[in-house]
Amino acid sequence: MEPVYLTFILMLSIFVGFELITKVPATLHTPLMSGANAISGVTVVGAISLAGTGQQDLANWLGAAAVALASINVVGGYMVTDRMLAMFKKKGA
Amino acid sequence: MSGLAIQMAYVVAAALFIFGLKLLGSPASARRGNLLSAVGMLLAVVAALLDQGIVEYQWILLGFAVGGVIGAAAARLVQMTSMPEMVALFNGFGGMASLLVGAAALGTSTATFTLVTIVLSILIGGLTFTGSLVAWGKLSEKIGSGAIMFSGQKIVNSLIVLAILASAVMFCLQPENLNWLFLLIALSLLFGVMAVIPIGGADMPVVISLLNSYSGLAACAAGFAVNNNILIVAGALVGAAGIILTQIMCKAMNRSLSNVLFSGFGSVKTTATVIEGEIKPISSDDAFYVLEAATNVAIIPGYGMAVAQAQHAVKELCELLENNGAEVNFGIHPVAGRMPGHMNVLLAEADVPYDQLLEMDDINPRMENVDVAIVIGANDVVNPAAREVESSPIYGMPVIDVASARTVFVLKRSMASGFAGIENPLFYKDNTRMLFGDAKETINALIREFS
Repeated sequence: MEPVYLTFILMLSIFVGFELITKVPATLHTPLMSGANAISGVTVVGAISLAGTGQQDLANWLGAAAVALASINVVGGYMVTDRMLAMFKKKGA
Repeated sequence: MSGLAIQMAYVVAAALFIFGLKLLGSPASARRGNLLSAVGMLLAVVAALLDQGIVEYQWILLGFAVGGVIGAAAARLVQMTSMPEMVALFNGFGGMASLLVGAAALGTSTATFTLVTIVLSILIGGLTFTGSLVAWGKLSEKIGSGAIMFSGQKIVNSLIVLAILASAVMFCLQPENLNWLFLLIALSLLFGVMAVIPIGGADMPVVISLLNSYSGLAACAAGFAVNNNILIVAGALVGAAGIILTQIMCKAMNRSLSNVLFSGFGSVKTTATVIEGEIKPISSDDAFYVLEAATNVAIIPGYGMAVAQAQHAVKELCELLENNGAEVNFGIHPVAGRMPGHMNVLLAEADVPYDQLLEMDDINPRMENVDVAIVIGANDVVNPAAREVESSPIYGMPVIDVASARTVFVLKRSMASGFAGIENPLFYKDNTRMLFGDAKETINALIREFS
């Protein structure tokens, strides 16, 4: 049952994603991309659960490395997106 | 924290991601959207940390500290002109993280479904990692930006795919034999390199958005491997975003995705087209007189503007023209630059208001009323051969129709052809004048004439 349930979630998320992103104007495509990139750093959640279980050494190491790489993505991605978006201004604003 | 509370926190985080993406739909609300999405991420991370299974925090904190510092420093220090490189590099890190999560998930379960998802997260993550590194190398010109082709490339690539399939099957049959895992990782890394080296620099907007999509799909596959909903939802959102951008970029170049992935522009045979007319250079003082009399000006930026870092000078010229009573607009081609929306970011950095930036379809009908169209370091996106010359490799690609403006100024360093390596008949048209030199210096010369 579990695989079916997860696939169901996957399918719905893809539809939501398509709906949302087709509405983003060309002006915002670069921030969209770096923002989406930051979201893909959500792997950090998976990495956390593996790094802290206190089981084998190898899993710990891999988990810690994954946490580090994914945090670069998350922290860097959100910060740089914010920096870009702060520059977009309306005329006269 | 109980399992149910953690799952609920993930649900809220997913809702925040979705709402954040929705707010990204307009420049006015986009910054709030990004913040909301970041709050969602924080919530997901905190929920994961409170999981009962977590007993050792030192590894996690070490990872956070290292990654956070690197990420924050990179985000603060990067130049806006280097944004494509940085997004490519970040994509790669995301892919690698998913590969590691996939590999580390081995041992949690030996169900076939889990093993298949582990294979997928390793495969997609690995190819995203090395593919992104190659894209980063090409964009930052650490390696040549041209397409790298060799004879027998198709055979080699087919063999790699077969080897991946074989090792994936063997891994699922014998998950306890780690050699299959290592082989799979090595092959996926190799495959990423092979997939991106034959793609030339002009196609980079497509590659970057495709890799962005892959980094999401890798996170999604890792989510299946470790049985985590938030990874699946967020990964799928990113995957969808990347696919849509890829589609938009392909449409803007009138090419199919398979066309971009399996053949470079370079491989298309270039038939020598005979171009009538002659090149007419113009000096900046003569250009100034034409501009001073203009009441409607359109500026078409390209990668050349990014290279010359000319965006601030362009903004200054734009203001001078407006003070002189002219209407100034920017025409932005979807694939101008090296990533989707690259020009918009550069112009935003120079404080050009976003309602002055027009997309190709909006500016083309207005071109007939434009007195002067200024093309800054853009070649292929204004090439009329795409409309007129059927034998041209870019025939059919939608372009900005600058030739119908009364006068066209082309700012260019030399007569070398653009990234696609095709001659541009625009330069030989009667109403075109060439302003040779570095874009920034040329524009500064024009600014000096005004003041």
